[in-house]
Amino acid sequence: MQFFSGSEISPSPPAPTASGNNAHMMYVFNRNGICLLYREWNRPLRTLSDHQDHKLMFGLLFSLKSLTAKMDPTSLKFHLFCLDLITSYSEVNGSTINCGPDLKMIMTFLAVFCSNYFIINMPSHHSMDKGNLGVPQLPGQGCSFHSFRTNTYKLSFMETPSGIKIILVTNPRTGDLREPLKYIYNLYVEHVVKNPLYTPGTPIK
Amino acid sequence: MAPVAPRSGDAIFANVERVNAELFTLTYGAIVRQLLTDLEEVEEVNKQLDEMGYNIGVRLIDEFLAKSNVSRCVDFKETAEVIAKVGFKMFLGITATVTNWDADGTSCSLVLEDNPLVDFVELPDTCQGLYYCNILSGVIRGGLEMVSMKTEVTWLRDMLRGDDAYELQVKLLKQVPEEYPYKDDE
Repeated sequence: MQFFSGSEISPSPPAPTASGNNAHMMYVFNRNGICLLYREWNRPLRTLSDHQDHKLMFGLLFSLKSLTAKMDPTSLKFHLFCLDLITSYSEVNGSTINCGPDLKMIMTFLAVFCSNYFIINMPSHHSMDKGNLGVPQLPGQGCSFHSFRTNTYKLSFMETPSGIKIILVTNPRTGDLREPLKYIYNLYVEHVVKNPLYTPGTPIK
Repeated sequence: MAPVAPRSGDAIFANVERVNAELFTLTYGAIVRQLLTDLEEVEEVNKQLDEMGYNIGVRLIDEFLAKSNVSRCVDFKETAEVIAKVGFKMFLGITATVTNWDADGTSCSLVLEDNPLVDFVELPDTCQGLYYCNILSGVIRGGLEMVSMKTEVTWLRDMLRGDDAYELQVKLLKQVPEEYPYKDDE
């Protein structure tokens, strides 16, 4: 893929030594959870089948997005959320969170997992929204998360209002990747969306 | 690093690749002409133009978001403003004005003073029910559907039928929040 030229990510073929590469994997999802593109450059450890891996990634980001919106300390909903969390840790109140049973399990699992294994740098990465509409999960509402970092990798995320999500997993020392992600989105538009032979919603060949 | 501010329609219009306006107008005219010959029914042609516009809108929205850097709009009012000022300017080189907001802010009118699609066009008597620019209503409907807003777009005034301007009514039916797609997995 001759995608990246002049940006900080170098897609050399998977090499035995990881020191030269910056990027590990890239995913592009659409709003229905279909993985449009998956590329990996350096992934020595693989734990799940491809399909499960995509589902896990999409589910993780979906939950993180709702979580960050609900946990926003500058929003009015935050106080209600805290109260609910305190009263029942394992049972998240459906009416405040607005998610089905699967998501609740994922989110509680995440909350436990996170505190043990990695640091989510969300507060410093939030971009403040324009106002608080008071209704959860509608477009234009809430803050957005765009990266998290563990001790072995950094995951950067960009979502467009049309539901296209671009995820890039790189080494932990990578700086803010919002500009490169926008560049990738522009490339997606130029070559994929404008291609008359491409049906929106199908994986990119 | 602060996110890049949205660019104005003029700035983007100056930067994108442009085609000759007459070529565009004549191509569109040829499409409508061909549709009329193939389908013969004016209602059918209207529907077909709307469908074509919808398919265009579904892809156009990504290009619009990528080039214009607008973030999510907070409410429908802002959406209408963005479509009128940035969207129309970027793709057609004209600006529309937003008027006629109804009481609860879910319906508005976009007024276009001039319309590059209809240069040199006159409707004959046999095609009086034809909405010549119906492709535009499809484009807006398709684009907004991809950002989770179900809308209904109709023409209120049409210069080809003798009115003094083009007026599109955009009505927001509902906002569809994003939902987790893997409902019944395993």
